[in-house]
Amino acid sequence: MSTEQKHEWPLWEIFIRSRQGLDHKHVGSLHAVDAQMAIENARDVYTRRMEGVSIWVVESKHIHASNPTEAGELYDPANDKAYRHPTFYDLPDELKHM
Amino acid sequence: MNTKSLIDYTLHLADNALILGHRNSEWCGHGPVLEQDIAISNIALDLIGQARNFYQYAAQLTGNDATEDSLAYLRDEREFKNCLLVELPNGDWGQTILRQFFFSTYQYFLYRQLQKCGDEQLSAITEKALKEVSYHVRWSSEWVIRLGDGTEESKQRMLHAVDELWSYTGEMFVAVGYELSAFSHGFGIDLSVVKNDWDEKIRSVFEEATLSIPVNAWMHTGGKEGKHTEHVGFVLAEMQFLQRAYPNSEW
Repeated sequence: MSTEQKHEWPLWEIFIRSRQGLDHKHVGSLHAVDAQMAIENARDVYTRRMEGVSIWVVESKHIHASNPTEAGELYDPANDKAYRHPTFYDLPDELKHM
Repeated sequence: MNTKSLIDYTLHLADNALILGHRNSEWCGHGPVLEQDIAISNIALDLIGQARNFYQYAAQLTGNDATEDSLAYLRDEREFKNCLLVELPNGDWGQTILRQFFFSTYQYFLYRQLQKCGDEQLSAITEKALKEVSYHVRWSSEWVIRLGDGTEESKQRMLHAVDELWSYTGEMFVAVGYELSAFSHGFGIDLSVVKNDWDEKIRSVFEEATLSIPVNAWMHTGGKEGKHTEHVGFVLAEMQFLQRAYPNSEW
């Protein structure tokens, strides 16, 4: 098979939710032909030690990420705006466990 | 209750799992892609785990200082009761997944019956193993379909694999003495029921994989009674070497 024709299986990003968890966490990536194989590969590779009970797979090409070089303008402004945090009032006792 | 039959029957179930687990483990580090290397190794571990459960039970029934290890590592070829199918060389990936498909489908229908049988231990072991086996069936059947209905090359390899393995599939359903005895005493099962379900599953997956069921009816037998191919000797030589060279060694 010549190198120009080399086909790699698509890359998938894997997210696993643990048994006690509420959200799926990114645990890594793997190659698979399609979504079904990706889920099974994820089951074999990332849940061997009971790391989770639910799997999401997303083709890596469908993940769009923010650009690290733009981090300054995207995130710095939020750093010094204390008024956006809900900390300026007392919660009644009944809501202590919020 | 016929204890000798129960012991032989349990050993047969254990040997099937152990030998196939060993064969699958030969792929470790050599799989076609990383994820499948891990998958087949996991399956090998699942099978060895099942084997341990059966051997522990057999050891308990045998008494006389028998242990799971002595049964697995110190018996000779003629005492092993596994089907011939599981001792065959791995061949290529197509042949390995086809063997898994044939055998796991058999295990699935067999265990589904066994979990309701009259022996508490066998029923507990197979109930626990059934989920693993369900996954093995799913994993292997999908590979049969992908490779069968795949490229020209994968199709050829699958046709070759079917040729190599088909005549070893009949043995699983031919009951030998201890199986008949187990069935009549209520702790074994009726293999003809298993065969019907197996035939149906193979047929439907083969259809999707665009593979045809061979018409050839002749089948190898003998493994269940200790009459093996030349392959099992090599498998045991490798598997048992350590325990025989350094008796009672432990991790």
